[in-house]
Amino acid sequence: MLRTIIIIILSLTTVGSAVWGYKENQDKNAVLIQAENSYQRAFHDLTYNIDLLNDKIGSTLAMNSRKSLSPQLAEIWKITSEANTDVGQLPLTLLPFNKTEEFLFDVGDFAYRTAVRDLEKKPLSEKEVEVLKTLHKQSGEIRNELRKVQNVVLKDNLRWMDVQLALATNDEVGDNTIINGFKTVEKSVDGYTQSTMEAGMGNRGPEKSFRYLKGDKVSEEEVKKIASNWLEKVDPSKLTITKSGKGADVPTYTASFQSGEKNGYIDLTEKGGHPLTLMISRPLKDAEISLHEASNKAVKYLGGLEVEGLELIESNQYDKLGVFRFVYTKDGVRYYPDSIVVKVALDNGEVLGLSAREYYNYHNDRGLNDPEISEEEAKTKVNPQLKIQENYLAVIENDLKEQVLCYEFLTTMDNTTYRIFINASNGDEEKIETLKEAEVKFNKDV
Amino acid sequence: MIWKKTIIVFLGMAMLILPFSEWATVQPVQGFSNQVIQKGAVGDDVIELQSRLQYLGFYKGKIDGVFGWGTYWAVRNFQSEFGLEIDGLVGQNVKDKLVKASKYDEGYVKEQIRQGNEFTYYGGVPKEQQTKQTQQKTQQQKAAKQQPQEQTAVNVPSGYSQNDIQLMANAVYGEARGEPYVGQVAVAAVILNRVSSASFPNSVSGVIFEPRAFTAVSDGQIWLTPNEQAKEAVLDAINGWDPSGQALYYFNPNTATSSWIWSRPQIKQIGKHIFCK
Repeated sequence: MLRTIIIIILSLTTVGSAVWGYKENQDKNAVLIQAENSYQRAFHDLTYNIDLLNDKIGSTLAMNSRKSLSPQLAEIWKITSEANTDVGQLPLTLLPFNKTEEFLFDVGDFAYRTAVRDLEKKPLSEKEVEVLKTLHKQSGEIRNELRKVQNVVLKDNLRWMDVQLALATNDEVGDNTIINGFKTVEKSVDGYTQSTMEAGMGNRGPEKSFRYLKGDKVSEEEVKKIASNWLEKVDPSKLTITKSGKGADVPTYTASFQSGEKNGYIDLTEKGGHPLTLMISRPLKDAEISLHEASNKAVKYLGGLEVEGLELIESNQYDKLGVFRFVYTKDGVRYYPDSIVVKVALDNGEVLGLSAREYYNYHNDRGLNDPEISEEEAKTKVNPQLKIQENYLAVIENDLKEQVLCYEFLTTMDNTTYRIFINASNGDEEKIETLKEAEVKFNKDV
Repeated sequence: MIWKKTIIVFLGMAMLILPFSEWATVQPVQGFSNQVIQKGAVGDDVIELQSRLQYLGFYKGKIDGVFGWGTYWAVRNFQSEFGLEIDGLVGQNVKDKLVKASKYDEGYVKEQIRQGNEFTYYGGVPKEQQTKQTQQKTQQQKAAKQQPQEQTAVNVPSGYSQNDIQLMANAVYGEARGEPYVGQVAVAAVILNRVSSASFPNSVSGVIFEPRAFTAVSDGQIWLTPNEQAKEAVLDAINGWDPSGQALYYFNPNTATSSWIWSRPQIKQIGKHIFCK
């Protein structure tokens, strides 16, 4: 009797777990197929878009009328952006595929800049037509390679999940047809970079950052001294000093310390020993001092930087912290690229952070031309529905990464504030910003 | 005899209690603290400032306790109208003039904020016409009892919403919760560097959810609840701190499986992570 009962119970559990396991397996498969399908979609979209891109560039070359050229270029810009989105959805992050992505970005950038230009007045130059031809050839190669991969994927029913698996488990990313295909695509782009760079396209040449740094090389001993000066006179022997590797834009020394709940960190340039990034972290108490008082502390702190003419342009309170942005000003001109940010704790007014990377990257004695149009003329370029409240002269970096002298207008329309930059030599609207108001707290009840 | 005693006791108790209730009804005449208020500030002083400016018709926005651009222009207009120096700073002079010219019913304003009502505070308009009660009133009232009164809005760096910051804080916490604070800021900075790089998606969510980009996303650790420190680190990165030195990649040398990542030019090591271009 007992035996029969046990047998029945056991067989029931076995059947039960079998059914449960089957269901689980089915669910898992459904999820896997779902993931696989979204990869497949991104991949096939990508090949289609590259194909389209190649076609469009080709027909641009054949086009004669300016009227159809601009929309065509805008179309190219749109396609590159879509192709880039497709790439972003494929598991390619740790694969060397960034050259292709940069290629797409450059094509888009080029197309955008020519599309928004008035082609009636400034038609495509010889050089630009040359660039287009190279782009056509390049995109053709990429298309062919991708179509080959696509063909294999369809013929052999290759799955992207396997790529994912191969990448996750194998450190020598080896024998996967898709991966190999993409590597070939990447190689075909490799040659492109140089050829078009010479043709004057692509704005990302080797970046000449921090070329205006002044001062002599500092030794490690000096670094310790300077760092301890910045980090609240901490004992130099307690500082850990490391030097940056060869990937850094500018050689730096990093000094850090840890004492109790407080830790400090500072990056100093090897040339001149200028502070780039400084951070002190500690638990904060409730805000005691006002933002205004804190801003005075920040101004006083910047006195130690040996930098003249910094103007406070923005202050914000984030809970227990005040963050202040300063820009360099000279002869009434604000230099927006040369900015320094200071963070002050509002519990006791201690300065907890300094970021001067931008300042040291850009700051130099620029030879500026005087504005060619008057302030009154510039005002007429502003949308008449806006009410101009304040105006300054300012230097900003525009879309083409050039530094331009502008008239800056702070204007209002209804309850919104806009910052408008009008180029001081030709009156173009260089940049329009909507200045952000505070955001309503969403999780008020929490 | 007993009656007399009780009456005396009652009177005594009443005398004890009365002075207290008397105190409670006394309103402070001068509400502002003696701090100078400037643009970007938040808190009770700003609520009072906005209410008083609205009372006088200078400020037409929401009374939310954050000194933003709308409040700034209102202050400047007030200063110009009252013959004060126009600098957008609210010092003692401005406060005195404001207090003299306007009324501030702190109880009413705070009550509206606490209840989460939509309201205005114009002078000369009956208060009943200036509020619009929201539907979840009872709910919010319940919640309000447990929290101190504060402003209803927050400063956010331009171009980002609180939710973007939350998403980034999630990623940073999942990726680097055991790291020193600087290491967390550096991870947040890498996300932002990728957003502005040509070879990555150009939105925060695009970068974070790119397949295989972050291990914390693949294994679900991104959905842990981040602490305050992670949020602070994200705010710092958005405000311009980049201890990574413009890095685009980072990896943990002990667990990295890809040989390709080792070939990238390295910038520096912070905590357990090596940051590279």
